[in-house]
Amino acid sequence: MFDTSDILETISMIRDEKLDIRTITMGISLFDCRDENDARLAEKIYEKIVRHAEKLVETGSEIEKIYGIPIIHRRVAVTPISLVAGGATKDGMVNIARALDRAAKNIGINFIGGYGALVQKGFTAGSRTLIESIPEALSSTERVCSSVNVASTKTGINMDAVVRMGQIVKETAAATANSGSIGCAKLVIFANVPDDNPFMAGAFHGCGEPETVINVGVSGPGVVSSAIRRAGECDLTALAEVIKKTAFKITRVGQLVAREASERLNVPFGIVDLSLAPTPEIGDSVAGILEEMGLEKCGGAGSTAALAMLNDAVKKGGVMASSHVGGLSGAFIPVSEDALMIERAQEGVLSIEKLEAMTAVCSVGLDMIAVPGDTTAEVISGVIADEISIGVINNKTTAVRLIPAVGYHEGEMVDFGGLLGRAPVMSLRTSSPAKFLRRGGRIPAPIHSLRN
Amino acid sequence: MTKAVIAVVGRDAVGIIAKVSNICAECKVNILDISQTVLHDYFSMIMIVDITAINLPFPDFVDRMNALGQENGLQIHTMHENIFNSMHRI
Repeated sequence: MFDTSDILETISMIRDEKLDIRTITMGISLFDCRDENDARLAEKIYEKIVRHAEKLVETGSEIEKIYGIPIIHRRVAVTPISLVAGGATKDGMVNIARALDRAAKNIGINFIGGYGALVQKGFTAGSRTLIESIPEALSSTERVCSSVNVASTKTGINMDAVVRMGQIVKETAAATANSGSIGCAKLVIFANVPDDNPFMAGAFHGCGEPETVINVGVSGPGVVSSAIRRAGECDLTALAEVIKKTAFKITRVGQLVAREASERLNVPFGIVDLSLAPTPEIGDSVAGILEEMGLEKCGGAGSTAALAMLNDAVKKGGVMASSHVGGLSGAFIPVSEDALMIERAQEGVLSIEKLEAMTAVCSVGLDMIAVPGDTTAEVISGVIADEISIGVINNKTTAVRLIPAVGYHEGEMVDFGGLLGRAPVMSLRTSSPAKFLRRGGRIPAPIHSLRN
Repeated sequence: MTKAVIAVVGRDAVGIIAKVSNICAECKVNILDISQTVLHDYFSMIMIVDITAINLPFPDFVDRMNALGQENGLQIHTMHENIFNSMHRI
């Protein structure tokens, strides 16, 4: 029989500490949709997504009810469109984005990922067309998310892509200027992008993935915070144990939900992503965990060390709890989606430079950060290059999701509404990296011996 | 045997256990164990039930319990046993 304290612990994790399953994401391969006619291709893509994912939302709701655990999002990730629509025109690409948007709306999900390209070593004709179409695609759709991988540890950094993506971010901001440049919140630039990440906006269905797959992203910053609070005065070794045990429990729920969803939908189980993903709700904050660990304010001295320990302990606890772990797996630090990060950024304690340092020890990168609308494309490309090089050198995933919100200045607040939260406009150094960027070409892949 | 846990928390009143048990009986859900306490007027109960012979889909049973909770100002959590097995047993 069950132990009463175990039952009460589970219920209090869900009710008071906001434990939830962040997302059940179905990956769907679109390779068999290929067609030389752009319109027919878009129609086939629409039809395939709806056919495979029509029961996704309903199934998620059933599982939610049976186990009493909230499942916040159901989402779909598809094969990068640049690979499926290699010969399409720019208009054809945008038309596919609209088909993805319609499919997402039809099956009742809020985001669909995979409008992307992999250009770590260079552009194909298809990836170039897709990248050029991003501003129009993101401004004429509501639910489509786009990601572009511009670098990897094995290939180095495609600086031509970095330069172009800085401009694309600006163009996307301009194209969605009347809604706080929200298009940029749906566009991520990656290094070492994982093929099986269930989290938006960077989710897509990688080339080596099966026809369809179920990946699950767990969450629970509030649960970890509470466990640390309960642990009271203990040393960091003991604290790491507390975090590991909590991560284990959280991940077991993720594994249970993933297995159940996979059986009910008759789709193979892929991975559980062990990320701690904050939400704008009070108490569901990664910054809150760091402060519970003992920092006066997240962003101050000690933040990187605390985050490094947290991230490592979460992985150690989670790995044993799931049969397959993948995706991004680490703590997220998206500024606009974390109430306490917003506060610390407004106070000036948390700067972009500190966030950049923190991304060296956690997933995933400079995420959901609003910067002044008059930031130049060169500076954005420079920030992308900096962040991406952290990933390439350290053999990890990093990403950039910056929002140069048109018409907004430092210190103002951009409100995206809903789960994307609201972001304080943070200051960026404006000195120009233009000459460095103009050199173009590729930054060679790093050496992996003589490590320092 | 497939089990579920029904946890009820709220202000104490006459007949809470009776109301929960009534729905269980109607739905052919067998009560295996009850533990309950009243602390400072607050009632808390954990009921372990057997849902092997349940005569409606489990999510509908959860809905009925939720409705009962809302009518009576109680928080009722009805959850399949697997979530506890997963979290607390290796």
